[in-house]
Amino acid sequence: MSGAGATRETGAVHDAAAARDPRTARGIGMLRGALAVAGKDLRAELRSPAQAASLFVFALLVVVVFHFAFDLTAAEFTTLGPGILWAAILFTGVLALDRGFRVEREGGRLDGLRLAPMAPSALYFGKVVSVCTVMAAVELVLVPLAAVLFNQPFGGWMARLAPILLLNTIGFAAVGCLFACITTQTRHGDLLLPVLLFPASVPIALAAVRATGHVLAGRPLDRFAHWIALSGAYDLIFLAAAVLLFDHALDD
Amino acid sequence: MLQRLPLALAAIALPLALRQAFLVAPAEQKMGVVQRIFYFHVPSAMMAFLGVGLCAVLSALYLWRRDRRLDVAAEAAAELGVLFCTIVLITGPLWARPVWGVYWTGEVRLTSTLILWLLFVGYLLLRGQAGADRDATARFAAIVAIVGALDVPIIYKSVEWWRGLHPKVLKVSGGGGLDPAMGRSLLVCSLAFLLLFAALFLERLRLGRLALEVSALEDRAARIEEGGGAHA
Repeated sequence: MSGAGATRETGAVHDAAAARDPRTARGIGMLRGALAVAGKDLRAELRSPAQAASLFVFALLVVVVFHFAFDLTAAEFTTLGPGILWAAILFTGVLALDRGFRVEREGGRLDGLRLAPMAPSALYFGKVVSVCTVMAAVELVLVPLAAVLFNQPFGGWMARLAPILLLNTIGFAAVGCLFACITTQTRHGDLLLPVLLFPASVPIALAAVRATGHVLAGRPLDRFAHWIALSGAYDLIFLAAAVLLFDHALDD
Repeated sequence: MLQRLPLALAAIALPLALRQAFLVAPAEQKMGVVQRIFYFHVPSAMMAFLGVGLCAVLSALYLWRRDRRLDVAAEAAAELGVLFCTIVLITGPLWARPVWGVYWTGEVRLTSTLILWLLFVGYLLLRGQAGADRDATARFAAIVAIVGALDVPIIYKSVEWWRGLHPKVLKVSGGGGLDPAMGRSLLVCSLAFLLLFAALFLERLRLGRLALEVSALEDRAARIEEGGGAHA
């Protein structure tokens, strides 16, 4: 099974290399490189639906465990629901990050990716895009299921939640991709990733939970605009920092 | 010899600091003798931030210059940061219990100090768990230290806003209305802690450099052994 995976990955690396523009010796641009990396990740996800499905099941499981543990009523969901929802999203995010980078460590695929004619930041942004897409897919399923489980009406709050989900998922993946690249190269990386990532993601967790709480309570945007600004600032700061630092996270 | 100077100075300064905190500084009106822990709590917090800040700066320099001695220094600074942060987290609740009536609250400085501690404990765990490649470990640790230090003000702001929605029941002490005699005692204690920090930092640095030399010698010995085996 891992052999089949390796062939697929190698093929994808060739795709990225083949996308190289022969007229420019410098290789492909940042954007095309990032999209090539994200594309190969997402194709790999689609080709192993059983593995991707485990992420969805895990996220749902976290919500169900909280549902039993707290025995929540519909009214209490407004206060405790945001925390439950984001606990499920961030736990699943750690798994998605670890998997996204561990797969590159096996069989030296990361070396293959580094041989692709593109900047290291293209690899980083590609990983951010693919992890965000996987997390967004989980969120897209999780939010309606949580609404059903906690007897919430379907409605406009789900649409208003979308930018909050997006901004905080990007922030989590921005630091997460940098840290996952590091921890998957160490001995007990699977345990180390959450130990490093959760304290660093405290601003994202707090901003996400508070903003989601305001949306669930139906409050106007100006009540929680500062939380959205915080998430946005976090995204920009750490995307920029990671672009500068990511090269050092790869093998020399 | 000169390297041991801070150690000697710290050995003189720390008893003086104890005297300042317990005998010279006036007793606080409401909190009484409990307040004297403040003279160790606050300097510890300063040294914790010094350690973390120093670690981040040295980490950035390491990524730039790739000098292993900078990495050793960054590790030493991080260890001291965690050490003093631990003292802050122990003395804080000891003070809070009689004064606030609780060991722990969601107070912003308390909470963000705990998160800072967790971040840099994670940093030390990463150093401990990394593989045999010393340079890779140094690069990874440097990245985590820089991200952690960048995160500190954002964490502080987010925890502040998180608490800001609740009415402030507990008034935070310290800062502006400090008696001049108390201020002097705090200054003496802070300087004593700074000397202690410098002494420990230099000792740890010496130890780290010795470890570097040992590993370099081991590498050489291994190479010679390999060579000898090939000849035999």
